[in-house]
Amino acid sequence: MPQVNMTVNGKSASGQIEGRTLLVEFLRETLGLTGTHVGCDTSQCGACVVHVDGKAVKACTMFAAEAEGAEVLTIESMAAPDGTLNTIQQAFQDHHGLQCGFCTPGMVMSAAALLKENPKPTEAEVRDYLEGNICRCTGYHNIVKAILAASGQDVSAIAAE
Amino acid sequence: MPKDGGIGASTKRREDVRFLTGNGNYTDDINLRGQAYVHFLRSDVAHGLINKVDTEAASAMPGVLRIFTGADFEGVGSIPCGWQVTDRFGEVMQEPAHPVLAQGKVRHVGDPIAAIVAETYMQARDAAEAIEYDIDELPAVVNMKDALKEGAPKVHDDLTSNLCYDWGFVEENKAAVNEAFEKAAHVTTLELVNNRLIANPMEPRVAVGDFNRSTGDHTLYTTSQNPHVIRLLMGAFVLGIAEHKLRVVSPDVGGGFGTKIFHYAEEAFCTFAAKALNRPVKWTSTRSEAFMSDAHGRDHVTKIELALDKDNNFTALRTDTYANMGAYLSTFAPSVPTWLHGTLMAGNYKTPLIYVNVKAVFTNTVPVDAYRGAGRPEATYQLERVIDKAARELGVDPIALRRQNFITEFPYATPVAVEYDTGDYHATMDKLQEIGDVSGFEARRKASEAKGKLRGLGINCYIEACGIAPSNLVGQLGARAGLYESATVRVNATGGLVVMTGSHSHGQGHETAFPQVIAEMIGIDASMVEIIHGDTNNGPMGMGTYGSRSLAVGGSAMVRATEKIINKAKKIAAHLMEASEADIELKDGAFSVAGTDKSVAWGDVTLAAYVPHNYPLEDIEPGLEETAFYDPSNFTYPSGAYACEVEVDPETGKVTIERFAAADDFGNIVNPMIVSGQVHGGIGQGIGQALLEACAYDENGQLQTGSYMDYAMPRADDVPFYTVDHSCQTPCTHNPLGVKGCGEAGAIGSPPAVVNAVIDALQSGGKNVTHIDMPLSPSRVWAAMQG
Repeated sequence: MPQVNMTVNGKSASGQIEGRTLLVEFLRETLGLTGTHVGCDTSQCGACVVHVDGKAVKACTMFAAEAEGAEVLTIESMAAPDGTLNTIQQAFQDHHGLQCGFCTPGMVMSAAALLKENPKPTEAEVRDYLEGNICRCTGYHNIVKAILAASGQDVSAIAAE
Repeated sequence: MPKDGGIGASTKRREDVRFLTGNGNYTDDINLRGQAYVHFLRSDVAHGLINKVDTEAASAMPGVLRIFTGADFEGVGSIPCGWQVTDRFGEVMQEPAHPVLAQGKVRHVGDPIAAIVAETYMQARDAAEAIEYDIDELPAVVNMKDALKEGAPKVHDDLTSNLCYDWGFVEENKAAVNEAFEKAAHVTTLELVNNRLIANPMEPRVAVGDFNRSTGDHTLYTTSQNPHVIRLLMGAFVLGIAEHKLRVVSPDVGGGFGTKIFHYAEEAFCTFAAKALNRPVKWTSTRSEAFMSDAHGRDHVTKIELALDKDNNFTALRTDTYANMGAYLSTFAPSVPTWLHGTLMAGNYKTPLIYVNVKAVFTNTVPVDAYRGAGRPEATYQLERVIDKAARELGVDPIALRRQNFITEFPYATPVAVEYDTGDYHATMDKLQEIGDVSGFEARRKASEAKGKLRGLGINCYIEACGIAPSNLVGQLGARAGLYESATVRVNATGGLVVMTGSHSHGQGHETAFPQVIAEMIGIDASMVEIIHGDTNNGPMGMGTYGSRSLAVGGSAMVRATEKIINKAKKIAAHLMEASEADIELKDGAFSVAGTDKSVAWGDVTLAAYVPHNYPLEDIEPGLEETAFYDPSNFTYPSGAYACEVEVDPETGKVTIERFAAADDFGNIVNPMIVSGQVHGGIGQGIGQALLEACAYDENGQLQTGSYMDYAMPRADDVPFYTVDHSCQTPCTHNPLGVKGCGEAGAIGSPPAVVNAVIDALQSGGKNVTHIDMPLSPSRVWAAMQG
């Protein structure tokens, strides 16, 4: 089996894999990084979104071998080393932007990519960007609100309760 | 009383930290040493005779440990059904066997034919390709009415027909209802479909079976809403494993919405195979597998008729429903179209006479069972649609027609066997009109029209029966289970508490909300309370989470157990302070003697319970741990009023949700933030049902919506921000917290609001459209507009 080498969350990572091994399988099964989830098999749901060389990627859409030499960031890298939540994570908690938590890692990684390219998105831009991330619990209300809040915008006018 | 963490506080969720950092522990994150993997070979035809399943070549494939077929499950129990409905002639329903792996016949696309266990998942899948099987395809029945025709192909050859039951409710009222229709000044009739849906929690189902040969202990890790129920159903009815030798663990579960209540064949398979192979066996469903193996929801075809007198008072209601059971009876399937549906047909209205007929039908489709709301959305949808149609036919305001017929006095005994304890339907309607700015609608309509869009306003009410349920009552109705809940409250020596509950949290935030209740009762900080759930080795038998029951039933058990704790702690405190027990007061986490300045802290009492040196050992035992089982005396009846505003593009039929408001009465509220989140999520799913989602089969029983490519899940840009309010509170009168339950309301109340709004929009554009079946896709709306 071929070997693949990449940097995951700042550390070098390698493993023997089958050619057909998906990046998400490599992360979950080989590296034990189970924060990245698999919610579908057609690249629709976005529970597996990670960053590959700075871009949001569905880790089920690429083979692990395609990430050879890449810099990969997963949800496990987002909080500070002491466990302090980052701005986006904290906004999700503050605004109840998650319920069962299964889509959450992908949502946070997508939100991070959005705010990197568009630091002050409108509501419509947030909703449009999240097209590829499905949540079944929240009706998206508090996810959109959390991302707007994480961007530093005032969300007090959006009904909380 | 702690202001920040007791009842009524929007405490941030403690479980979020692990979910936000990728540290959740979902079943698929569990990998056991020596674990093997199973892949199921599933039928690609809807109905067929299995002539041959040749596993020889596949068994020789790399890594294959063993391939199981239906023959391996001869003598093993059938997947059981937990509810037996008695029909209107007094006969019990027809109940077919449901083998773990198909035996003799396959009955729906996805029915498992063989199970390949291999060293790796890839090897199991590869070997499945090498299985040679020969199935004689038989004609399939998909349409329910066709399935009941004389000579229709039978899903189960050993049953007399495809009719599971023909249920009438209340059968004794039938003649009086018919007579009321004869005398009616006006009758409104509506035929509609409540579309088949797939619950689609984002976490697909997973099962890991484990067996310890040296002790004979079985463990099943599974994505369940009710692990104790799975232990009982699988242990007692399928595999013959005594409960003390079977542990079922449901760790973090990524959403359920009903479809993770049921006992599934894959759970039994992994448990069985782990013993047969003496290795852990893991199954992880793909999403495509979920579409053909998770129980589906809804799928009713209904004719509803509403009779009114000359003053527009509702005088009678009559419904005729066909309910799809699919190919086998899922765990609670028979109860959904009957006791969870017929009993809700009074809605919020004082209709004196009601008759409900339901024919449950077997078809060559995936089994259908409870999905968020379960029977209550079907009841609400047809009732609120027919009322809206009646208002239009009579030329009266739909809000006024509803208000005129509201139940206003409580308790209220409906003609469909339930008694509402409390409610105030005018109050929620008033609140809705305020938060939805209903009076501003006409101005918004004009603005939409100026843009070339049609705008509509849809209003509806709902009531649901939650907090299921009184065990003696449901026993009479056919339930093969009790519907109490349990809690064990363990106080540690240093004062912290662990609460073991039978309720399971899979998104509802129990780990945060339940401690708020305990904190309020004792007067300590909520951080001193930890909730343990999801493991049958921890805590007493519990019935789990569904039917918006966790706080109303599970929370009540927790309250009762905590009351026992407080009573015992008061005895200890009385001893420590040499006072009379009757004079002991508990406030802000300290016990004091009334009328004195004597007090002992909570922690002093808990320490004394475990270090009983100065302790009334002659009167009470050491330790501080109590268990309560709470069996509710009635259902709870949340209610509310919802408003939806849509724009319809007359050129394309595309519907957009412009505004959505919900005014709910959930009784008392523990954590308003979590309650709002539950309503948001329910509305999102209801909008999905109304506009986007449909599980479709072709006439041969081929599943046409087999993935997210075909099944339209609501996305962030399909929905707006919602305005929700739960300040109207008529507390439940029969549980200690006065709570009613909020988990399903949004999904129950929203579909009729959306459809009523679209019809209103089309009518405003001069289109004589009185009904469109969900989902209201652009093509359906456009076609309806063409008339």
